[in-house]
Amino acid sequence: MTSKQFDIKTYTGFKGITLLCLVILYAPLVVVTIYSFNASQSLTNWEGVSLRWYADVFTGPESAKFKTAAKNSFIIAIIAATTATTIATLAATGMVRGGKFRFRTVSFGLISLPLMVPEIVLAVATLIFFNSIGFERGLLTILLAHIAFCIPFAYLPISARMQGIEDSYEQAALDLYATKRQAFTKILLPLMMPGIISGFLLAFIVSLDDFIITNFVKGAGVETLPTAIFGSVKQGIKPNIMAISTMLLSVSIVMVTISYFVSKSDNTK
Amino acid sequence: MSDTENIAIDVRDAVKRYGDFTALKKISLSIMDNEFFTLLGPSGCGKTTLLRMIAGFEAVTEGAIYLYGDEIENLPPNKRPVNTVFQNYALFPHMNILDNVAFGLEMRGTSKSDARKKAGEMLELVQLGQFSARKPSQLSGGQQQRVALARALAPQPKVLLLDEPLSALDLKLRKAMQLELKHLQRETGITFIFVTHDQEEALTMSDRIAVMSAGEMQQLGAPTDIYERPHNMFVADFIGETNLLEVSVDGIESGRATCHLGGGHELTCNAVEGIGLGSKVHMSIRPERLYMSDTPVESESLKGRIKENIFVGTDITTIVDLQDGPDFIVRTSNSDRGNKRIFEPGSEMYVNMELGAGRLLVD
Repeated sequence: MTSKQFDIKTYTGFKGITLLCLVILYAPLVVVTIYSFNASQSLTNWEGVSLRWYADVFTGPESAKFKTAAKNSFIIAIIAATTATTIATLAATGMVRGGKFRFRTVSFGLISLPLMVPEIVLAVATLIFFNSIGFERGLLTILLAHIAFCIPFAYLPISARMQGIEDSYEQAALDLYATKRQAFTKILLPLMMPGIISGFLLAFIVSLDDFIITNFVKGAGVETLPTAIFGSVKQGIKPNIMAISTMLLSVSIVMVTISYFVSKSDNTK
Repeated sequence: MSDTENIAIDVRDAVKRYGDFTALKKISLSIMDNEFFTLLGPSGCGKTTLLRMIAGFEAVTEGAIYLYGDEIENLPPNKRPVNTVFQNYALFPHMNILDNVAFGLEMRGTSKSDARKKAGEMLELVQLGQFSARKPSQLSGGQQQRVALARALAPQPKVLLLDEPLSALDLKLRKAMQLELKHLQRETGITFIFVTHDQEEALTMSDRIAVMSAGEMQQLGAPTDIYERPHNMFVADFIGETNLLEVSVDGIESGRATCHLGGGHELTCNAVEGIGLGSKVHMSIRPERLYMSDTPVESESLKGRIKENIFVGTDITTIVDLQDGPDFIVRTSNSDRGNKRIFEPGSEMYVNMELGAGRLLVD
């Protein structure tokens, strides 16, 4: 077993560094999650387990604000993810199945570029764009911005999936008297479905969690959950923020987990 | 060939170019109705390209293809009454076997229940009736192969195209499927066009074979024609095992050619059109047409020494060193050992053949 010698796990300090990274990454989340169940008014003193801050989120003085913000967030996330996924599916079909065309590499770069560009740049650019065409800021601007930046997130799992589907399936469908449209809807689309679902969930979670771009393009008085939380925090952190953050975190974890397993599931096997 | 009514597929001067590369150089051939026709050649010879042109997946650069007299160039694949068995089967992985087989019928407008009923019958025909609810991935390679066949046959195409469908199967299964395919073709009466690089497969199944190489057709004929009367070096070498000897033609008289090969050996064989006096050509002699003896038996006998005997189960292959001449391969059937002697390595003997066993090749 000479290969064992080169196993990265045997390097000195491997365990320590791994542990340190995990602690740095997750300790804050763990602390927030634990203290969201604190019975105390204080952020730091532990006074026993309670669900009072969760109740506060739904019934407390800020509950109306949070409820509206949450509703906005979910509506935007659903519409933005659906639209972005549709566009990404069509884009992937064109790029992967369209054969060779002139700007194929460029197109791929353009679609995935927003992933690499600092979000603040996108935010400023989107804001300037809306201003220059005279768009009133409000829910619609948030929605349009979300659709735009969700496309690459939806595109990646969909196109990855599509590259794994041999084109002989569609050829077989055409050979068996299906029209191009039928070959797409009856064969290609079902085979792509895991990628599409995965892309949708990713887009959904990215939209739900987005703060920077949303904060720039939202109109006065229009809030999504992240901007509403930020607004509350500015007036001092209360334990209810930890409760609401924990809930948001749970939604994210569930979505990402589903997305992971769906993209792993292989209906071609 | 004169009866155009009976021509299923007529390929006329078909050329296929990809940019500068010519994949098919002016191929013309007629495939008859109810024929098991094989396109045989090494990979890259253009056989699959031709098949895909008939199916409609590749455009014809020049020339035309006719299906029962109608030009099909402008028909997309889904309008051609031709079905394909793909090399990797391409069974729809998200559908069960029954739905896979029913797909073509449904797309043609057969009602769902009728399509399924017919699909069930097709599955019975390939002995997979009990698997209809399974997904393709739950079947073995050989079973998937039969499903692919049932799926392509279910809509009753006028011509069935088979693109190296047996290449993924192991030897035993492949042999069984060869017979099954042949029976299926006879039973259904559908014209089969079979693409393969396996010469044995082609010889076993085909009514006629077109041997292709480098985008050109080398020879077209029945399996026995191709095997026993190859036109050229390529065909002789590609089909079966053979002894290829460089000879010079010294005399031609009443249909017989006298040929010299290295070391002063002389052989007589049937003259072939296109080979003149004094020309240096190749002669092909099949190893099983040769036999060994202590003394010269036939007029065509060459003295030699045994180099090696190789046991290959049904046969024994002997490599013979002809003094000053090329090596000969002689095959002796294992069951023949009583009649035909096997010599120990190093011993001297004569290699004999009947007149006509040697075949002169045009280039």
